[in-house]
Amino acid sequence: MNTAPPGLLAAAWLIARKDLAIEFRTRSAFLSALVLSLLSLVIFYFAWDPTAVAALDVAPGILWVTFTFSGLLGLHRSFGVEAQERAMDALLVAPVPRESIFLGKAFANLVFVLGVQLVALPALALFYNLPFGTVVSSLALVMVLAAIGLVCVGTLFAGITANTRMAELLLPVLALPFFVPIVLPAATATARLLAGRPLAESMAWLRILLAFDLVFLYACTIAFPFTLED
Amino acid sequence: MTPLLEAAALTRTFGARRAVDGVSLALAAGEALALFGPNGAGKTTLLRLLAGLLKPGAGSAHVAGQPLPSVPARARVGLISHRTMLYDALSARENVRFAARLHALPDAAGATQSALEALRVADRADVPVRALSRGLQQRVAIARAVVHSPDVILADEPYTGLDEQGSAALTALLRERRVAGAALVVVTHHLQEGLAVASHAAIMRQGRFVRQEATDGLDASVYAATYRELVA
Amino acid sequence: MTSTPSARARAGIDWFALVAIVAMGAAFVRAIVFTPPDRLQGFAQKIFYVHLPSAWVAFLAFGLTAIAGGVWLFLKDPRLDRFAESSAEVGVIFTTGVLISGPLWGKPIWGAWWVWDARLTLTLFLWFLYLGYLVLRSAVDDREARARYSAVVGILGALLIPFIHLSVYIFRTQHPTPIVANPTGIQMPGVMITTLFLALGAFTLLYVALVRARMRLASERDALLDQAAAESTP
Repeated sequence: MNTAPPGLLAAAWLIARKDLAIEFRTRSAFLSALVLSLLSLVIFYFAWDPTAVAALDVAPGILWVTFTFSGLLGLHRSFGVEAQERAMDALLVAPVPRESIFLGKAFANLVFVLGVQLVALPALALFYNLPFGTVVSSLALVMVLAAIGLVCVGTLFAGITANTRMAELLLPVLALPFFVPIVLPAATATARLLAGRPLAESMAWLRILLAFDLVFLYACTIAFPFTLED
Repeated sequence: MTPLLEAAALTRTFGARRAVDGVSLALAAGEALALFGPNGAGKTTLLRLLAGLLKPGAGSAHVAGQPLPSVPARARVGLISHRTMLYDALSARENVRFAARLHALPDAAGATQSALEALRVADRADVPVRALSRGLQQRVAIARAVVHSPDVILADEPYTGLDEQGSAALTALLRERRVAGAALVVVTHHLQEGLAVASHAAIMRQGRFVRQEATDGLDASVYAATYRELVA
Repeated sequence: MTSTPSARARAGIDWFALVAIVAMGAAFVRAIVFTPPDRLQGFAQKIFYVHLPSAWVAFLAFGLTAIAGGVWLFLKDPRLDRFAESSAEVGVIFTTGVLISGPLWGKPIWGAWWVWDARLTLTLFLWFLYLGYLVLRSAVDDREARARYSAVVGILGALLIPFIHLSVYIFRTQHPTPIVANPTGIQMPGVMITTLFLALGAFTLLYVALVRARMRLASERDALLDQAAAESTP
């Protein structure tokens, strides 16, 4: 049968939907990431002396450490489902561009990471008694910009480490240095927003995030097929 | 006329080991090659080369004149491997329909249903694959591989885990695809099963074809003796 | 220097390594004995002749690792991958040198061993980045897959460095402004500059010598593995 194969984005959308369907069925990774997030928020609370340091000063750091580590948990799962019965082979034989596999998985991971964040952020506000209400839209912008960069690099590295020994350990070792230019601007911008400063003051940081997203979305999409060609 | 599946001096090494060493073959529409050989002879590597999953170190492979692993070539290939390549959290129907959509079939749901019916798993199609027996999973895997009616079917030990009903359904399906003009490569340890669907047979050893012939009028017991002689 | 006995037996004396060692010795002697101490920093400033050349070699090593990886993706020549491997490993050693010599200088001058200064922080992340690169290499057995993965990570690492630099730089900087590559011209007495350039040359020679030795080791290891694989197949 000769039908035109699906395009890059159509195929990516199919793959993302498939990944999200699997995650929705099992929910195991999402729930673990959620519980990990909440746990770390709670544990950080007990490592914090509220009489010495203001909540506004510690909250951004806690938020972004939590965000990074729970994100890694979801990324690792992303290629695990393909490795189990070598379903990856079927994707590679299917008439879809290699890049669409990356884009699909990255998009599913983005939904995953933002989903965790959607719960963790109000929890942070609750536990640390922070007034997020007024800055929630600016904060959401920082979140999304940071999540895109994190997910691009993370998805590529998850694909690489899935084929190695000790994948669970290797992924954070490899990925965390790449998260520095995400976490640093995001945490600083969060701190400024929570302190009631206008978004315009954090523009330099947002620009770094945006530049990182664009460069690494492009670079990782191009690099992904090179990690496969056997 | 260009053959449907063509390989020219395919070679693939892993480190210093030559897994596939200069294999050439050409299959026209309706031809089926049964590929026999001992463990480690390079059969699976050859199949992965023909599917475009591995890059040859030397030589080339084409599907209907299109080079592998290009998208138009891959669109015509159906791969059955000894792993099911299924997502065990999804149902049989979801797995097969996902494959149908990746091939952009106009009627993905209809193609899925008829593939599941051909393998006689339609009645268990809506439970997660995880809950199915190994044999039923294998049937779903085959349905997934042929849902787009591929012109070239590459099957690596496709009978693994199948019961009598499943084997009969698979044999019927492979024969039907041959009549419809597909080319087949079937790797198996079981001479009888292989010869039942084949027009040609080849024996592979240490990465090379050591014997290759048409199976018309070939007596299975005579062939078995030849096989033992060559491989032992 | 680090070559295996068999390599030395086959290749004879590594004259290149010998030259590098002599150059290193000359640079050190000149830096310590024949170059005057800094008026303000005193003897501590001598660390500069180790610190800056180490940093130069570290960046050179990682840059070349990324380039070798990128070229490998197209040529698939195993020598390129062996070079990338060797260069990254030597680069990590020199980065370690930067991270040790920095605090040694920082203690008397800044008053603290470790300061979260932008450049030092960047170097620290660089160190983590390439340690990760080496850990990845050690976790993959298949030679071609290993080369492929590390090429991709090496290139992305090179892309990452400007971003880390930018973000830590805006975050905070305490580092003495570049004295050599300063737009207003080099602000250092001539005798110090000569010593510095001698040290830079000597460190670069040492880098080349170490990479050569490490590449010999890598190619012998690969040859041994090939031999073992050939023997294990009937």
